[in-house]
Amino acid sequence: MENLHVVIGLEMHCELKSNSKVFSFGKNAYSDDANTNVSPVDMAFPGILPVVNKKSVEQAIEMASILHCDIANTMIFDRKNYYYPDLPKGYQITQCERPVGINGYLEYDSNGETKKAIIHDIHLEEDSAALDHLPKCSTIDYNRAGVPLLEVVTEPCFNSAEDAIAYLENMIKIYQYTNISDADTKRGQVRCDVNISLANENGEYVTPRTEVKNVNSLGNIYNTIKIEEERHRNAYFNHTEELVQETRRYDEETNTTIRMRTKVDAIDYKYFVEPNIPPYVISEELKSKIASEIPMLPLERKHKYMEEYKLSEVDANTLIKNREISDYYNKCIEIGIDPITASNWVSVNILGELNKSNISIKDFYLKEEYLKQITDALTSGKISSKQAKEIFAKSIEEKKEPKNYIEENSQISDEATLRELITTIISNNQAQKEAYLNGKTNLFDYFVGQVMKETRGKANPVLTKELLSELLK
Amino acid sequence: MKYNRLTIEELHQKLINKEITVEDLIKESKELEKTLQEKCNAFDFIIDNVEAKEVTDNMLSGIPYGVKANYSTKGILSTGSSNTLKNYVPFFDATAIKNLNKANAIILNKTAMDEFGMGGTGTTARTGIIKNPWDITRMCAGSSSGSAAAVAYGVYPYALGSDTGDSIRKPAAYCGIVGYKPTYGMISRYGLFPFASSLDTCGVLTRSVKDAAIVVDNMKGLDENDMTTFDSSNIHLYDSINGDIKNKKLCYVKEICDIDNYPNASDELKAHLENFKNVINNLRDKGLEIDEVSVDKKLLNTVASVYNILSCAEATSNMSNLTGIIFGPAGAGESVTDQMKDHRTKGFSPLIKRRFIIGSYVLQRENQERYFKNAQRVRRLIVEAWKELFKKYDAVILPVGSGPAKKFESDKDVISAETTILEEHLQIGNFGGFPSITIPDGFVNELPVGLNITGKNYDDANVLNIAYFIESTMNYKNQNSEERK
Repeated sequence: MENLHVVIGLEMHCELKSNSKVFSFGKNAYSDDANTNVSPVDMAFPGILPVVNKKSVEQAIEMASILHCDIANTMIFDRKNYYYPDLPKGYQITQCERPVGINGYLEYDSNGETKKAIIHDIHLEEDSAALDHLPKCSTIDYNRAGVPLLEVVTEPCFNSAEDAIAYLENMIKIYQYTNISDADTKRGQVRCDVNISLANENGEYVTPRTEVKNVNSLGNIYNTIKIEEERHRNAYFNHTEELVQETRRYDEETNTTIRMRTKVDAIDYKYFVEPNIPPYVISEELKSKIASEIPMLPLERKHKYMEEYKLSEVDANTLIKNREISDYYNKCIEIGIDPITASNWVSVNILGELNKSNISIKDFYLKEEYLKQITDALTSGKISSKQAKEIFAKSIEEKKEPKNYIEENSQISDEATLRELITTIISNNQAQKEAYLNGKTNLFDYFVGQVMKETRGKANPVLTKELLSELLK
Repeated sequence: MKYNRLTIEELHQKLINKEITVEDLIKESKELEKTLQEKCNAFDFIIDNVEAKEVTDNMLSGIPYGVKANYSTKGILSTGSSNTLKNYVPFFDATAIKNLNKANAIILNKTAMDEFGMGGTGTTARTGIIKNPWDITRMCAGSSSGSAAAVAYGVYPYALGSDTGDSIRKPAAYCGIVGYKPTYGMISRYGLFPFASSLDTCGVLTRSVKDAAIVVDNMKGLDENDMTTFDSSNIHLYDSINGDIKNKKLCYVKEICDIDNYPNASDELKAHLENFKNVINNLRDKGLEIDEVSVDKKLLNTVASVYNILSCAEATSNMSNLTGIIFGPAGAGESVTDQMKDHRTKGFSPLIKRRFIIGSYVLQRENQERYFKNAQRVRRLIVEAWKELFKKYDAVILPVGSGPAKKFESDKDVISAETTILEEHLQIGNFGGFPSITIPDGFVNELPVGLNITGKNYDDANVLNIAYFIESTMNYKNQNSEERK
C-alpha cells in the first residue's frame, strides 16, 4: 500500500480586543446582551461609511510582525461581495489585494520538536452578525457585526492533526501574550477553516482539497482533521466515494463533516478595493515602534527557560501557560532568585495557591520581592524549608511581608554569636562539662537543650552541634 | 415679487431687517411647492408643519431649502426615490444636513430624483417623471431633477444635490441655474445614499455663484464618519469671491467644443456651441485669457465607458444592503433568499437592474481585468490629462450637454455616439474629484443652456471666483423659470 500522509492548511480567524469595532464606533463587546452594541454602520443603514479603527490596524501590524511577514506599506481594504442574512452591507470589508502581512512563518513546538509553519498571509477584516437558528425562526445578533477579526492563512504545511493543534495553541498563546485577543475558544473568539488533502511520498497531492469551514474549538479541529483524513484514505484506497474539491462543515453532534458546496457552485466574491477607505499609510517608524513593543513570546520564553535556566520541558511549559505567570517568574529571576528555586516555588506553591483560592496572579498578595525574602532566608539558612512554607502561607493569609515572620522565626546561624553564647553556657555548667568529658556523652544533648532554651529554639541546630563538639573539649 | 426668488444675501438682509419673517417665507415656499408639484412633480416627500427657526448671523438661518431624496434626514422619509426604501424614515442625519441644521437652515421638502441617482433623465423616480419648469414637455436631466426644478422655479434659493457623473451640473444647465460639485471630500458623504462611492459628491443647486459658495461653506468640513473628507477650514468660499480674474487662464478642449466634430449636428447643438463660442469671445474681450487646447480624442471617447463600468460596479455592491431585512418593505417568500429576491425584484426600476447586471459582469473574476481594472487605469489616464491642463490653466471651460433640455419623447436609450463626449465630459470632474460648477450661459429655443468650469482639486475658491466673474458678464444670474428676463 502506498505511503500517504495528510497535508493541512489552516485559516485561523481570531476576534480582536478593542474598544470599538473595526470599521465603526460601535462598542466591541459581542458577549453583552444581544443587539445592544450596534451603530448604524454595523447594520448598514443607507448612507453609512466605514472608518478604520487605528488600534485594530496596529494590532494587525504587530501580529504580522510576529509572524515575520512582509508588512504592507499602505493598508488597503477590499470588498468581498455576497448576500447572506448575517452580512448587513451585502459585502464584507476585508483585505485581498494586499493583506497587512504576507510571506511569513511561525515556529511552534510539537512533540518536543520545534517546527515551522509557513504563513501565506495575515489580513484584517470584519466579523459578520451572529445567527442563531431556532426551531421556528432564526435570530440575528448585530453585536458581532463589525468586530475586528484577524485571519492568518498558512500554506498547506502541517502533516498531522497534532502539529496543526500545536501551531494553533501557540498562536492562541501569542494572541494572549500580546493582549491582541483573549483568543477564548469557548467564547467562539477563534474559528478555523481547515483545508485537507492527502499527498504521497513525493509530496504530490493525490486527493482533491476539502475545506471545512468555521470549526470552532481545538477539539473539533482535531476531530475534523482525523475524520477527513480517514474519509480521504477510504476514498483513495477503498473507493468508498469519488472525492471532489468541496467545502464542508463539521457537525459536532454527529462528529461528522457534511458537504456544503462543491467547486462548481463556488461563489465569485467579486473583490474590489473599498473606495471609502483611502489608502492608509503605514510608516516605517510605526512598524519599528510596534515591533519594538512586542513582548517576549511564549516559545522564546520556553526555550530560554530550558536552555539558560536548565528547567525541564514540563516545568517550562507550566510556566509559559499564561503570560502573567511567566512574567512573574521572569521578575523573580530578574531580582535574583535562583531560576530552579523560583521555578519550584512558582509552579508548585504559587500555582497551587492560585488554584486553591481561584485568583489570578495579578491579585496574588505575594509579589516577587516578597517571595525573594523567603528564598533568601532559606538560602542563607535563616529559616528551614519547613519554616519557609509556613511563612509563605502565613504571609498570604495575613497579608504581611514575609520578613516580619522571618525575623521572628529566623535561626541564629551567626557563628560568632552562637560561639559566644555556647562559651558562656559551658562556663556556667562546668560540672556537666567535666562529666561529659569523663564519658557521659549523653550530656551533649543537655548542652544542646541549654542552647535552645537560651535562644528559644532559634539556634541553628547543625551549627550548634558543630560548635558544641568543638568547644566541649 | 416672491421673496424666495431673491439671492441668499438679499433674503438674509430682509430677514435681519425684519422686512419679512421666517414664517412668511415658509408660507410662500409652501405655496410655490404646491404649484410646482402639480406642474412638475418635483418632490418625493413634502413635509407638513415646517417649523420656523431663529434668524442668526448665519446667512442660511431661517431660509427654507430642499433636500435631494438620497440624503438621510432624521425623522423625515428618505427614499432615494426608490420603492426599496418607500417607507424608510432614518434615525440619523447626514453630516451635511447636520451642518445645515447648525446654520438654522430649514428643510422644506425632499426632492425627487432618478432612483438612487442612477439616471440622467428624471424619469425613474418612484413618484413618476419630473418635468422641467421652463417647458413641461422637456426633462430636467438628472439625477438631481427635483432639486433643479424647484430651484429654477424659485421654491427656495437652494436645494441639495449629489453628483456622481453630472447629476448636479447637468440638471442645473437644463434648468438655467447654478450647479456646484465641490472637490471630492470637501463635504462629508456620511448619510448620502451611495451610488458609486469613488465618484459620489455632495453639492448644491442655486441661482447664483455666491449662493453656491454660501451653502457649501456651511455644508463642508472634516468628518470623523467619512475618511475621505479633508480639512477645509482654511477655505472660505464666500469670502474669497471678489471677481478679480487678473492673471487667470482658462482653456477649452477643441475636440469637445468644435462644431466640426459633429457633422450631423442638430440646430440646437449648433446654436448651443455657437453661443458658447460667443461667450468665450466676450470673456476674452473682458480680459479673461482663454486658450484652445487639444486632448487625444481616443482618450475622450473612453469617458462614457469608463464611467459606466466603474459606476455600475460600485453601485451593484453599494446597493447590496437593500434587502428588506433591516429596513425597507420586507419581501415575501419562504426563505430569506426568496424574501431578498422579492424585495429587490419589486423595488428596483428596470434601469437600475440593468446597471446591476453590468456592474456584476465587469466585476466577475473572469472579466475583472478586462473591464473593471482597465477602466480604473483609463480613469487615471484621463485624470492625468486634465491635471496636465491644470498645470497651465486655472480651469477648463466647456459647454454642458448638446443643447437645452431634451424632450421626453426623444428616445433616450439611443445615445448619439457622435455627441457622447459633449454629453458625458462632466464625468471627468468625478474621475478626478475636481471642483466643478455649471452656470447658465444663454438660451437656445428660449430654453436655458449652460457652461461648466472645472478646476484642480482644493482650488474651489478660485473656480468659484472665475465662475462669479463669468456670471457677472452675463444676464442670467438669479434667473427663474417664472419671471423670465
